[in-house]
Amino acid sequence: MSAAERMQRQQNRTAWLFLLPLIIALVGVAIWPLARSIFFSFTDAFLDAPANYGFVGIDNFITVAEDPVFWRAVKNTLFFTVISVGLETLLGLAIALLLHRAFIGRGIVRAAILVPWAMPMVVSTRIWEWMLNDQFGLVNKLLVTVGLVEKGIAWTAEPSLILYTVIFIDVWVTTPFMVLLILAGLQLIPEEIYEAAEVSGVPHWKRFWSITLPLATPAIGVAMLFRTLDALRMFDLSYVLAANNENTMTMSIYARDQLISFQDLGVGSAASTWVFMIIGLIAILIVGVLRLDRATG
Amino acid sequence: MAMTTTATAQRYSNSTYRTIRRVKTFGLYAGVAAVLVYMLFPYYWAIVSSTKSGQALYQFSLLPSLDFSNYWQLFHNPVFMGALINSGLVAFASTMISLVIGILAAYALGRLHFSPGRTILIAVLMISIFPQVVVLSGMFEVIGWLGLYNRPSALIVSYLILTLPFTTWILTSFIRDLPTELEEAALIDGCSRLRVLTHVLLPLMGPAIASTGLLSFILAWNEFLFALTFILTDENRTVPVAIGLLTGSSRYEYPFGQIMAASVTVTLPLLVLVLIFQRKIVAGLTSGAVKG
Repeated sequence: MSAAERMQRQQNRTAWLFLLPLIIALVGVAIWPLARSIFFSFTDAFLDAPANYGFVGIDNFITVAEDPVFWRAVKNTLFFTVISVGLETLLGLAIALLLHRAFIGRGIVRAAILVPWAMPMVVSTRIWEWMLNDQFGLVNKLLVTVGLVEKGIAWTAEPSLILYTVIFIDVWVTTPFMVLLILAGLQLIPEEIYEAAEVSGVPHWKRFWSITLPLATPAIGVAMLFRTLDALRMFDLSYVLAANNENTMTMSIYARDQLISFQDLGVGSAASTWVFMIIGLIAILIVGVLRLDRATG
Repeated sequence: MAMTTTATAQRYSNSTYRTIRRVKTFGLYAGVAAVLVYMLFPYYWAIVSSTKSGQALYQFSLLPSLDFSNYWQLFHNPVFMGALINSGLVAFASTMISLVIGILAAYALGRLHFSPGRTILIAVLMISIFPQVVVLSGMFEVIGWLGLYNRPSALIVSYLILTLPFTTWILTSFIRDLPTELEEAALIDGCSRLRVLTHVLLPLMGPAIASTGLLSFILAWNEFLFALTFILTDENRTVPVAIGLLTGSSRYEYPFGQIMAASVTVTLPLLVLVLIFQRKIVAGLTSGAVKG
């Protein structure tokens, strides 16, 4: 064995040693629980006596797939994800372009926009719930004063509005994150390109379309990927605003409801396994599209 | 059309040119002001509302009325104060554990030439994106086995699934950016890897550890789903759940003033820390995403 090989082997041993705590912890809190959740989805176990079970094949998966409430939750989650990630990206890009300019107090402003992001989602939800309250909320008061509506709108109670209210609050909470990631992407674009374009008389809008947007696309893509996966698992906002109201129920709320409220470990686990498969599929599709984009572009 | 504006721009007289620039500057500051109002006003309104009680709460003066009875009630509410302590303990403990494990792992992943490293890093990233609800039933069982059900320590254990991938990922990218010369010198002098990490790298990583720790603390402090599920009784709850479950005796007796006071209280320490560490946080958040 050569000295180099021996050194590599020793380094490998050291590396495994340093990684051991991480591997033990992640197996314990992530991989094992995931495996058990999938396992339970093939059983008829109940939460109060999980050791007492029989195998039922894919019955639980069928039970969930035949429940219209589940498909309602899937539809809500997808609608919520597409609309809010779309709006966040547009708003985030607009604010990032604005804050990318030089102005007095830029550092403070960039810090200040982190406020909605650093708050607990529960707190943000509660604050907007108060501002949007049908009788005493500031928003309705303003609308009535201006004369746009005669009576306060029940933003958080009216079934046809509540999902849009959820989207509105989510956009407020997560736009700062989008702004930060897109700003970081904009800062990577070398100034010289703009100077060259300006000297050659390329107009503003064309500089945006042919320089800024294509060069910021990787950053925007990554930010959208993160946000999409985050939005697909959304739980707290809908739960605090409307508990298990079917109009805002997300996939996560549905799965938890089966498991905790109905104590049905088997069906609950099958529901969460469905969620896992749906989100996994979407993640694979998005990553595939991003790769393809990079390969062709 | 825009081509013609650039072409004519050179023919503008000095004074028109100055006016155009003034309008543009004004537009920029107006835009920034609008962004600030959008992002900050709701929190400001929460502060204003938290200092009003009774009828004052339903009037719309934009200035706080300096009536601190909501806060007084809140600080004499044993459930809320207990929740505050639980939240602090849980977030602090899971952050500390994640930092220690994360630093060790980040050294191996960022420094040692080690072929399975990439696979492990990708597995860590995948764990950080999969939905919490997917592990809920398995986690329930693990917590039952450990005998931690309805104890705040159940949350310390389960929050590792959130904080650990995050700290590992960010610290790895920080370590990769550090210069290697010092370590190599120490290794040649016969230092062990662990000694190199604790005596050479760790002193350099202070700012990185502070910002990673803060982000992980925020993640744990704000968590809702596990806290709602694994804790049954009021005295063991964390703050987000306590606020989430705060309701009046009926729909029409909603204690908005108190809810706003609680909201302001739990957010204030985070906001102060975020504003202090702002630069570091931005660096931490974006290093993971943009470079990775």
